[in-house]
Amino acid sequence: MWDLCTNALDTARLHGAAYGDVRAMHIRQRDLTTKNGQVGTLAQSESIGIGIRVLANGAWGFASTDRLTREGVAACAAQAVSIAKASALAKRGEVVMAPEESYVDSWQSPFRKDPFEIPLERQLALLLAADEEMRRVKGVTLTETDMQFRKIDSWFASSTGSRIHQRKVISGCGIAATSFHGDEIQKRSYPNSFGGQYALQGYELIESLHLLKYAPIIAEEAVALHSSLQCPEKIGTLILGASQLGLQIHESIGHPIELDRVLGQEANFAGTSFLTLDQLNKLKYGSSIVNVVADARLDHGQGLGTFAYDDEGVPAQCTDIIKDGKFRGYLSNRETAHLIGLKRSSGTMRTESWNRLPIIRMTNVSLLPGTWDYADLIADTQDGILMETNRSWSIDDRRYQFQFSTEIGWEIKGGKKVRMLKNPSYSGITTEFWNSCDAICKFDHWTLWGTPNCGKGQPMQTMGTGHGAAPSRFRNVRIGTAFSNQ
Amino acid sequence: MKSSAKVRKASARQSATGAELLDERQLRQMVSTVLRLAKSTGAEETEVHIDEVADTLTRFANNGIHQNVAEHGVTISIRTVLDGRTARATTNRLDEDSLRAAIEASLSLAHSLPKDPLLLPMPGRQRYRRVNRFVNRTAALTAEDRANAVRHACDLAIKNGQVAAGIFAGGQSQSAIGNSRGLFAAYRETHAEFSITMQQEPAASWAKANSPDARAFDPQKLAAHASEKAHLAANARELAPGRYTVILEPAAVLDLVGFLFYDFAATALRDKRSCLNDRMGKQLFGKNITITDDVYHPLQEGAPFDGEGLPRERVTLVESGIPKNLVYSRASAKAARKKPTGHGFALPNEYGEAPMNLVFTGGDSSLEKMVASTDRGLLVTRLWYIREVDPYEKVMTGMTRDGLFLIENGRVAGAVRNFRFNQSLIEMLKNVELLSPAVRATGEEAFEMVVPAMKVRDFHFSEVTKF
Repeated sequence: MWDLCTNALDTARLHGAAYGDVRAMHIRQRDLTTKNGQVGTLAQSESIGIGIRVLANGAWGFASTDRLTREGVAACAAQAVSIAKASALAKRGEVVMAPEESYVDSWQSPFRKDPFEIPLERQLALLLAADEEMRRVKGVTLTETDMQFRKIDSWFASSTGSRIHQRKVISGCGIAATSFHGDEIQKRSYPNSFGGQYALQGYELIESLHLLKYAPIIAEEAVALHSSLQCPEKIGTLILGASQLGLQIHESIGHPIELDRVLGQEANFAGTSFLTLDQLNKLKYGSSIVNVVADARLDHGQGLGTFAYDDEGVPAQCTDIIKDGKFRGYLSNRETAHLIGLKRSSGTMRTESWNRLPIIRMTNVSLLPGTWDYADLIADTQDGILMETNRSWSIDDRRYQFQFSTEIGWEIKGGKKVRMLKNPSYSGITTEFWNSCDAICKFDHWTLWGTPNCGKGQPMQTMGTGHGAAPSRFRNVRIGTAFSNQ
Repeated sequence: MKSSAKVRKASARQSATGAELLDERQLRQMVSTVLRLAKSTGAEETEVHIDEVADTLTRFANNGIHQNVAEHGVTISIRTVLDGRTARATTNRLDEDSLRAAIEASLSLAHSLPKDPLLLPMPGRQRYRRVNRFVNRTAALTAEDRANAVRHACDLAIKNGQVAAGIFAGGQSQSAIGNSRGLFAAYRETHAEFSITMQQEPAASWAKANSPDARAFDPQKLAAHASEKAHLAANARELAPGRYTVILEPAAVLDLVGFLFYDFAATALRDKRSCLNDRMGKQLFGKNITITDDVYHPLQEGAPFDGEGLPRERVTLVESGIPKNLVYSRASAKAARKKPTGHGFALPNEYGEAPMNLVFTGGDSSLEKMVASTDRGLLVTRLWYIREVDPYEKVMTGMTRDGLFLIENGRVAGAVRNFRFNQSLIEMLKNVELLSPAVRATGEEAFEMVVPAMKVRDFHFSEVTKF
């Protein structure tokens, strides 16, 4: 593969490229699903190809191909340069890239059990058993389970001499029970909704989730939701479960700190950001106990945003995003770093596949653990609502105003969970919300959640991101608006 | 060199978009290669999907191009059947060794399954209605063509003191399906798309169009429209949330009603996750709502066959507000004792089928007439980040974006700050007062459909944002 990469870079240079980098990738994937006790999807796929990014006449061009011959790759490199020259017809300034060392390295994400080596029969048997456990519960009308495994090999080469090979193994799994009764559809998922939990791990992730233990619990909750009380509409105290808080971080911190959004590069599609450059080091993003980092290093955990190098050849880093409540950092790349006074990219350029251009992406954007024991947090709450497991999410195109609903809620009175609530929702303005945070649970309750389906860019790219979170409490939050009919 | 690779080499002539698609003879040859290899490995039945894309996309922001990409790829997806079991393997390596490996992977996956007593034999040869949506001039769009159009749009923005961002995309794609019972179908189309956001801080507005034929829209007219509207969107004032009469432009209608499409799948009703459960045949929407699924409509796009190779049929889903019909794959049709309608997804899957080419019957009003007939209401350019809050009442939430305007006494009276809505689609389609003729609409939340602009009463806005 290195020969093809070198061939691409040489061809690009001959055609006039001042800089070039190449990503060859081989992606293998296995998907399994069941529905109502029957196998749904059973599929395996692989995709291999090369993407070439070049700078010529001061502008960018990118082309990709799956024709992995010397001729195919050379034609692709020449096309990338030709595209860059066309870009220069409508450029507004020269591209300036922050300097970066060259690296020759090879890295593999750690895993104990290769999911592609685990017999398929065993994987299916687990899903079918969980499916059956959920179907035992009277009133459940739909049961679904899924597993997905990916093995991604990438070869990065740059015209400045980097040669980096990385292998990542990703696993994911989830189960869900749905109940239709009267005029309501209620659903419960485990360990998270929209596919479950994903991580940069092997099959050990699946085994750690204990699906069979939780299958009957969520099935019973899905049915019980029909007869529970509607979540009230009020301004009040909210406790978010860790997975829902992970998505809250993703939407209201992770996206607004993407420097390409801030600089208007996503204005037509994903939107911009309220975090204009003048806010850096000034904005009080959250209360003083709120500390958020973007950390791609393995030290942070095996999340979907963990790697050794980004897709621009920049080593993984940890960046302070919010420190003691104050806004401290963006996600940047080599092209944008200098605009916020950085001498170096923060290493967040990532690509979905060989046929996509790397763009600024979240790595693991995590809320650092606090000091509270979960039981103490509940006991300390006189009147509040606990919400768990996302059901819907929406936020405006500058990431100010959001509304989330969750699958289940619990009324907390006098320090105790007293009853189940259905159709819970909450909404607010990002900075007001994070400034109302008065308690964050400690590391014992902290999970590095995986969001496998973050869409961004044109053509659209789907990326996995990580979000560490522990249950946390927020005061004076607007609750119940989604189901209000006023 | 393996035979499929030879096919590719022969087709590797570069065109303006960077690639020449495989021709039908080459597609047939690839299918027969896979079928021959599969037969020799013991598969009882085999189905082959070939998908090829050659796409380009120029992206601009801050009045200049900042990303500019091209891609070309071919994938082959193989489904085998062995002893009542079926599974799929997909690869983009087209040499015979790789194809054989994919066939063996598919058989190995299938072998691990329990027998499926409901698995149907693959369909045989079918007859298809011809659809021509391949436009050579669109396929010939070059990077220079796109860059020049972008430059002109950006020049307009600069002239008007605004900042432009958007895309100009073009490309060609094709899909083919063949199986061991003699079925073969192939379809190719071109596509072009221009989308532009004009920013006049803190306001913005937007225009977008796409078509198989790049001549169907004029990027400069779209840029001028967005620029004019961005100017109108400046100095937005804040209104209180509540229920308003709204005039939804086609893109706003599309992105909302697009969320209804899967509810018309027979499998969704069987799984009791459709909002149409217990509601078929009832007066669910207003009498002015009629919806068909029609891949043959002149403003639609897509292949005239489904994931198993059955011809797509035109289906009336809603007639005068009453849900009348569903779409069926072969399996869901058999379970319901109906005829398949040619809307199935590629097997194996758990979702069954869906109508992908919705066409709303329009009316005889227009945006201008709707505005003129409104004492107090809001004109909505587009909606954003729409998600389902309640799957049975079909309550959707989302935001307005890129131009929300107050209408007073039959005239646009100025811009207002963006709202969040929480609105039942069922209720909304009961409250439609006026419809324009239906047009091909494109947004960001749903795939393209043919929909009218709509004037809707009592649309529920629950909160307001800061811009």
